[in-house]
Amino acid sequence: MNWQLPLMLAQTNDSNLENLRERTEAISMQGTTVPDSSLVREGTSNPFATEYWFPTQASSFAGEVDFLYMSIFWISLVFFVAIIGAMVYFCVKYRRKDGVIAPEPSSSHNTAIEILWSVLPSIILVWIFYVGAETWFEMRIPKENAEEIQVTAKQFGWLFTYEDGDQTNELHLVRDKPVRLIMQSEDVLHSFFVAAFRQKMDIVPGRYTYAYFEPIKDGVYRLSCNEYCGTGHSKMKTACIVHTSEEDRKNNTKWIEAEKTPFENGQRIYQIHCSGCHKVDGQAATGPALNLIWGENEKMIDGTTELVNEDYVLDSIWYPEKHIVEGYGPVSKMNSFKGILDQKDVDYVIAYLKELKSSTGDAK
Amino acid sequence: MAVADSHDTHDDHHDLYDHGEFIAHHFDSAEQQFDSGKLGIWLFLVTEVLFFSGLFVAYTLYRTNHPEVFEQAHVFLNKYLGGLNTIVLLFSSLTMALGVRAAQLGRNKNCSVYILITMVCATMFLGVKAVEYSHKWDMGILVRSAFNLTYTHPTPTTEIGKALHISDYLVYLCIVPALLLAGFLAASVISKLINKAMLAKFMVAMAITVSGYFLGVVVGVIFMSATDAETGSSHASVIAEQPLMLMASTQDEHDEGDHDEGDHDKAAADPNHEGDHADHEEHFGSHPADGGEASFDAHHPDPSTLSRDVGIFFSIYYCMTGLHAIHIIGGIIALAWLYWRSLLGHWRTDYFGPVDYVGLYWHLVDLIWIYLFPLLYLID
Amino acid sequence: MVDASTRQKLFGTPETNFLNCSKGWKSWAFTLDHKRIGIMYLIGVTVALFLAGVFALVLRSHLFTFDSTMLSDDMYNQMFTLHGAVMVFSFIIPSIPAALGNIVLPMMLGAKDVAFPRMNLASFYLWIIGTGCLLLAILSGKGLDTGWTFYTPYSIDTNTGVIYATFGAFILGFSSIFTGLNFLVTVNTMRSKDQGWFKLPLFVWSLYATAIIQVLATPVLGITLLMLIAEKTLHIGIFDPKYGGDPVLFQHFFWFYSHPAVYIMILPAMGVISELISVYSQKRIFGYSFIAFSSVAIALLGFLVWGHHMFTSGQSLVVTLIFSAITFTVAIPSAVKVFNWLATLYKGSILLNTPMCYALSFIFLFGIGGLTGLFLGALSTDIHLHDTYFVVAHFHFVMVGGTLTALLGGVFHWWPKIWGRMYNDFLGRVGCFLVFSGFNLTFFPQFVMGSRGMPRRYASYDPEFQIFHQLSTVGAFVLGIGILLSFVVLVYAALRGPRCSSNPFRAASLEWQSSSPPDFHNFLQTPVLTDPYDFESQVYDEELDTYIPREFANPDKVAPRKEPVHH
Repeated sequence: MNWQLPLMLAQTNDSNLENLRERTEAISMQGTTVPDSSLVREGTSNPFATEYWFPTQASSFAGEVDFLYMSIFWISLVFFVAIIGAMVYFCVKYRRKDGVIAPEPSSSHNTAIEILWSVLPSIILVWIFYVGAETWFEMRIPKENAEEIQVTAKQFGWLFTYEDGDQTNELHLVRDKPVRLIMQSEDVLHSFFVAAFRQKMDIVPGRYTYAYFEPIKDGVYRLSCNEYCGTGHSKMKTACIVHTSEEDRKNNTKWIEAEKTPFENGQRIYQIHCSGCHKVDGQAATGPALNLIWGENEKMIDGTTELVNEDYVLDSIWYPEKHIVEGYGPVSKMNSFKGILDQKDVDYVIAYLKELKSSTGDAK
Repeated sequence: MAVADSHDTHDDHHDLYDHGEFIAHHFDSAEQQFDSGKLGIWLFLVTEVLFFSGLFVAYTLYRTNHPEVFEQAHVFLNKYLGGLNTIVLLFSSLTMALGVRAAQLGRNKNCSVYILITMVCATMFLGVKAVEYSHKWDMGILVRSAFNLTYTHPTPTTEIGKALHISDYLVYLCIVPALLLAGFLAASVISKLINKAMLAKFMVAMAITVSGYFLGVVVGVIFMSATDAETGSSHASVIAEQPLMLMASTQDEHDEGDHDEGDHDKAAADPNHEGDHADHEEHFGSHPADGGEASFDAHHPDPSTLSRDVGIFFSIYYCMTGLHAIHIIGGIIALAWLYWRSLLGHWRTDYFGPVDYVGLYWHLVDLIWIYLFPLLYLID
Repeated sequence: MVDASTRQKLFGTPETNFLNCSKGWKSWAFTLDHKRIGIMYLIGVTVALFLAGVFALVLRSHLFTFDSTMLSDDMYNQMFTLHGAVMVFSFIIPSIPAALGNIVLPMMLGAKDVAFPRMNLASFYLWIIGTGCLLLAILSGKGLDTGWTFYTPYSIDTNTGVIYATFGAFILGFSSIFTGLNFLVTVNTMRSKDQGWFKLPLFVWSLYATAIIQVLATPVLGITLLMLIAEKTLHIGIFDPKYGGDPVLFQHFFWFYSHPAVYIMILPAMGVISELISVYSQKRIFGYSFIAFSSVAIALLGFLVWGHHMFTSGQSLVVTLIFSAITFTVAIPSAVKVFNWLATLYKGSILLNTPMCYALSFIFLFGIGGLTGLFLGALSTDIHLHDTYFVVAHFHFVMVGGTLTALLGGVFHWWPKIWGRMYNDFLGRVGCFLVFSGFNLTFFPQFVMGSRGMPRRYASYDPEFQIFHQLSTVGAFVLGIGILLSFVVLVYAALRGPRCSSNPFRAASLEWQSSSPPDFHNFLQTPVLTDPYDFESQVYDEELDTYIPREFANPDKVAPRKEPVHH
């Protein structure tokens, strides 16, 4: 495969957080150019075929999306041909001849037919809505045991961080392995779009957004930013490479290797900033213990429950008063860490929380 | 129509319809004109409500998402001044209603008096608002990006400020009204000299209107210092209901060298500290120098304990009250126009539309304040 | 009964009319006459159309090759932004209501003017100021590169003239509110005596529905843009995530206006088409009340679907589902209208002149625009198609294929009424053909590109799309030539066209009972209230070579009614 190598960075021994941050920023997300010849596309010149309208179906739900598209295509075509056919026929048959105005007498309203042509399309629309929503749930509801990849978008490039902390500028996936992208933006709105996967999701600064899919076909696909983000918007594209196996991915990818795993970075942040008030041995302290909370529904002082996910952790660190766990009220004793920990640091904390949950959870 | 007929002003183009003095050429009758105006002003009020609705939605969303910000922030608003302004505006609505009634009865003189009182109330409202704004600017209570709360009141640098012990900002906010006042007084004298009695009367009324602003400023300053004197008690009462304030005082002790936050916590079972204090100190680095500010009041919330987004509350506060103030100013201009027409004796039992329309607008502006006051000043 | 000389006076070519009753630039600049204001609006929006059209041609030329260097990336971004902003805010939104509607609406009601003529003039001057501010973004040398949607936080970060442009859009919003408010009051209070709601032409219904949207939605845009300006100057932190703000809130606010704004653009167009189809088929419009109520239904439902612009923005699943469902309900009233137009053609007496050709191309193009909306309303396909060229093609089919063709059709239809002169029908139809074919050539290939994953707002693209872009660029120039030709035909007709008298097309709505051009007060006599779709109420008068109301005709020469009068 032939794509430009991502920038490799000099390894440093300094493990301090600030350097870590500079280092990730220095990766600077160079736009990689992918020769278009390497992009997979099965073309056809028959405009009634699915392949004419769409790129390769490379995700599990691509077929379903295309099915709905082609269904609407055919329904529309039938309606359109009928409407335009009738229009042309009437215009020829009833055209005014020799300037003589002679409309034939005919009714000017007919409630039965009016209701018929209001209701009939409605039924079709309900079906379209239903099929669209069904597939869409598949596109939006996370898959079990999905590999989690952190996506960082920035004017005008991409950075992908994998579970072991290694990074790339292209997205490397393994065939038949479901993926969950956890996306964040460093500046303005961006949007993750891989046409071959039929998947798209905006990336909104100040919060996390997610995208789920399962690649089912290996190859190189175009990954582009789909939300206008400034000067280099059209250059903010890279490759998405689906490998045949985990091994293939491991060996055929130029990794930007992490000197520390996200877990280790998260642990370090925890020790510096959190350990004063939060324990990881299950004991409540000034604040709740952190070792088992990930993915749980926590009870709040106002009686509601909140799922501990990425946004919850981000909110709890940046806006501590927003969610207060039952038993720790009435007001939060925690200061906001906004401006002290940025979103990337929060990512590390999340990685730490996840690891804690799975290790302690397994132990029990 | 019957009355309109007696005021016919025929011209070549108007041979198909009869028209009264104040009926525009394209209307058939006074009723049609009045109905059109009435529907028009109601629709305009609908657009006004929707115009404000954007800010109300923003308010609702941020209050839902950051309730703590709103609880922390509203204590900085002086509800006595807000209450005073509410009374002033309610009273102005009353005089406006009386003015409309007078116009309906064709009593132009009464109408002009009521409109003048309404205008004075309006400027008085702005005067009080100026006191509030300048007080907040002094303390660094600004929009989100510039929010920098300190309790220091900078000493006035302007001569007037020094003489009257009022803040520079208040002096600046008084410059334009002072110029207007001088201008109107001069204009009234000139009008008198060139024998335009009506114009002179109008200018005097405008000068009185602008004086309302200074009345507002004086009353506002008195209210402010009176409530400041009882700040201790007033804040104490707030604090009693505000658990958050407890935290503020905790924080003060912390400033005096006690880093052991856990001690103050009822829920904390085990206040043992494994984390090193040096690191722990790190995120409290934004504290002001200990014991630095002489004017630091234990009952005022410590700036460092405030959520960083308290400024958003004030962003919304300034947007809402600022937009409302712009509407008040627009209302004053419309009222001045009505006042002038009252002097000319335009209102008759069959023609009083403009007073009615502006009256409706004025009630709406009043109504919006009736919503703003509790939403901003009286949270909880 | 009236004699021949009265007929000549009422329906012949008048000596004095609204065009020549007063002279000098002041008589135009300070006019309160709705017809003159309408004409000034028409000139204004034409200038905006040409300006934005030139931007479009420049950016289409740039896209001719995939690695074009004709424009820099920044320049390209500015071109599509200005094209969109000027087209939407300065051209399409005021085009039919403020230009055509202004001229026709009061006359359709038999009124002498709109309810608030001064406000009407103010609306026009606000339009000038607003458009001026929008263009100030260019003249200041900063340009504008946010896209017409001004999405935060990019619009906060960029150094281009966002403040000028948003302030311009804010002012244009007020211009639009003034027009809408005026029309609402006019329709409510200025109708002819005994002219009930169901005796109104459908164009009036559609303008009424449009005005509801203008009055209810535009203020929200106003406050949003003010907040954006405050955000950009003072950083108030409501939309800027750097200060704890929410950029998605901006999108909600923006689309709360801008989706209904889509209906501000298309509803008046549908009204025009209802008139044209009926008049040129000489047949009572089919399903009057269904068409009338579908306009109101579209206007109201239009307020509930703004979230369908944000299916990929991360809004909650439930909200997204609801927005998708409501979006489909809007499709029904639109489809009902198309079916009713078809039924009107059935057994009509169809005259294929220029306005009718535009009306038929409207049905064709709006049909495609509407049906492709189904792909975007359905959730799963929208995820794939969102913000690709498919969307670009879809909304151009609706806004250009719909609104622009309806505008041109309407202008041709009412042109003889405004100027008292007839256009060259052959050249008009050639222009229509060029517009129609150029338009399809421009935008149809974009559906293919979009489906294959070509994102919008890209200054350069993958070579596989080049052929489609080239077709599109060629089409854009054909479209441009078509519009230019129509423009020349219209201007020539207004100045030098052969004279024609009051009602050459045998239309039955009230505006055709005035002379052509109309008198300053619109009607020389109180118009005879007729059913707008009862064409037998108009009879041919040989002396004047035009159609006049039956009540004014010479009873000896009038054929009896075939169709009984509807009540």
